[in-house]
Amino acid sequence: MADSLQAARLLSVAEAIREGLERALDEIPEAFVMGEGVTDPKGIFGTTTGLMDRFGKERVIETPISENAFTGIAVGACLLGQRPIIVHQRVEFMLLAMEQLINNAAKLRYLTRGRQSVPMVIRLVIGRGWGQGPQHAQSLESVFAAIPGLKVAMPSRAVDARDMLMTGIRGGDPLVLLEHRWLHGVRGPVADDVDPDVLSGPVVRREGEDLTLVATSYMVLEALRAADALAAVGITAEVIDLRVLRPLELAPIGESVRRTGRLVVIDTGHRTLGMGAEVVATISERQLSHLKAPPRRLGLPDRPAASARSLAASFYPRAEEIAREAAEALGMDTEDRLHVERILDERREHRLVDVPDPSFQGPF
Amino acid sequence: MAKFDRDLAWRGYRALVRIREVELAIAARYPDQEMRCPVHLSVGQEGVAVGACLPLSADDLVLAGHRSHAQYLAKGGDLTAMLAEIHGRETGCCGGRGGSMHLLDVEAGLLASIPIVGSHLPLAVGVALARRQRREPGVAVAFLGDGAVETGAFHETLNFAALHRLPVVFVLEDNGYSVYTPLAERQPPRPLTDVGLSHGVEGQSVSGDDFLEVHAAMETALVAARSGAGPQLLVASTSRWLEHCGPYDDDHLGYRPQGELERAKQRCPIRRLGDQLRKSGELDDRREKALYADVRSEIDAAFAAAFAAPQPSAATAAEHVYG
Repeated sequence: MADSLQAARLLSVAEAIREGLERALDEIPEAFVMGEGVTDPKGIFGTTTGLMDRFGKERVIETPISENAFTGIAVGACLLGQRPIIVHQRVEFMLLAMEQLINNAAKLRYLTRGRQSVPMVIRLVIGRGWGQGPQHAQSLESVFAAIPGLKVAMPSRAVDARDMLMTGIRGGDPLVLLEHRWLHGVRGPVADDVDPDVLSGPVVRREGEDLTLVATSYMVLEALRAADALAAVGITAEVIDLRVLRPLELAPIGESVRRTGRLVVIDTGHRTLGMGAEVVATISERQLSHLKAPPRRLGLPDRPAASARSLAASFYPRAEEIAREAAEALGMDTEDRLHVERILDERREHRLVDVPDPSFQGPF
Repeated sequence: MAKFDRDLAWRGYRALVRIREVELAIAARYPDQEMRCPVHLSVGQEGVAVGACLPLSADDLVLAGHRSHAQYLAKGGDLTAMLAEIHGRETGCCGGRGGSMHLLDVEAGLLASIPIVGSHLPLAVGVALARRQRREPGVAVAFLGDGAVETGAFHETLNFAALHRLPVVFVLEDNGYSVYTPLAERQPPRPLTDVGLSHGVEGQSVSGDDFLEVHAAMETALVAARSGAGPQLLVASTSRWLEHCGPYDDDHLGYRPQGELERAKQRCPIRRLGDQLRKSGELDDRREKALYADVRSEIDAAFAAAFAAPQPSAATAAEHVYG
């Protein structure tokens, strides 16, 4: 283990996913990759580049624009023991295939009492920014996470993205893997060994005693930034990366809230009926007596993502908003609040909201 | 005209009678409310399932839709497990998790029945794709109705299967109705085989009420599919005699032109094949009587066994959601 940690390389999330796909194809004869653009020159943001050359057209399958059919074809292949990894370049394309996902992929194990299973990975890319607008920038994780029989995971860092993919494809259930487009370029250490527990649940990214910040995907990075700034006024925030949205394992969050007594949950998707609603509801049910302040939620507002930069500006919560919620939960005084805001303001190198924050380069 | 194969005709006849008698027994007992799930009976349409399933080998795998009793039995599915499933019993083919609309028997080669129209078609093509990837023999067979032709899944699936020349046979049972709505109100007038041709898929048109014609066409389709010629389409016209869902005759609702159902019954696949068998000397009253007695005693025993089986324990309801 120590050796492999020493050997950890710095990879971007996209590179780590590509490595996961290559290793899956290498190690698992039943694995194959299928999707619109998996063989094209851009290779799904570089995540499938070169795979067809190495593994051939039978295992890296370019598809017609038939999302529902090829999702169902992947499910059918599972019935004979194959392990498909399919990919849609935006979450929204998957909406054309929800019938196959919810009716077939999520039900066949139950219907057959485990005699059949659907061990497939469905990679979906969440878009954001650069004016992509209402139909290319949705983060619909809570839609998928509402369905029993599906597993739903959102990596926030390179090693998790690779390990979720590789663990998912060796597993026995359909895994919806939601990749944030703004994370594809973020680098982090990736050891050779795959963590087999990566899909077991949340993980603490930063320890703290004063409040618990729970976030998913890209918002984990914003939460870490907020925690950094809060530290300057003596507040230690525990940052938990939710990682797995279904099945939802909340014990580590409950344990954290028992210590901190304060909870802020930051959704990558919409606040209403988002993952934060489920986390806050469950923690309130179980830990109400430990809460020193009402739990708080952040997420996207109840409107579509607009294309124009001026309209998008107030759409996405950032570290600033997270820090503000934390300040409310903590009852921070005005002087401290202004100090935290100033730090975040200075550290953000520019004010444009439609491209990833340049400080998010990794490694994290 | 091919030589009349008396042995094949007899096997077909026996299968047709058995399925018809199972369906009529379900219809007769359904009002007892012990079978507490929707049933889509195959009465009148048996010729397609039997004609298309008898030529299949053990390697060939079937996927069906909501009206799948005939396909299940024709492919060799276990009768008691089917009736137990419809009765919501632990010994049912899905342990009571699926009901009549999800019949499957993996050993017999019926991999799944999916009651969302068109939804099983991609699964069938996925099965064919996996067969090729795994270098395994066998053709995937998807049964569908005329309504499924209207789904996007059908066109997406044919396109993909044709593109990759996958070994799959689509058996299209055209019974002329989607619930109460006739084909002419749902599709423009054109032969259904033309729809296949638009995807480069060769098709054959047969009378689904003529077991021997379906059987011969299916053999042709299977030879083509096995030889790498790509997906095949078999369009079999037939008639549903009972209501879309449930045990009753619903002709009084008036959604069919007057006399249509009576004329359809004149084309009964059992009577047709029975007449041919009698003419050949293979069937007489005595043998027919023995056949019915044999089939009915099997069905009675299967109903008794299904009914006597335990209901699934409520404690198991949450099992098998995840692996």
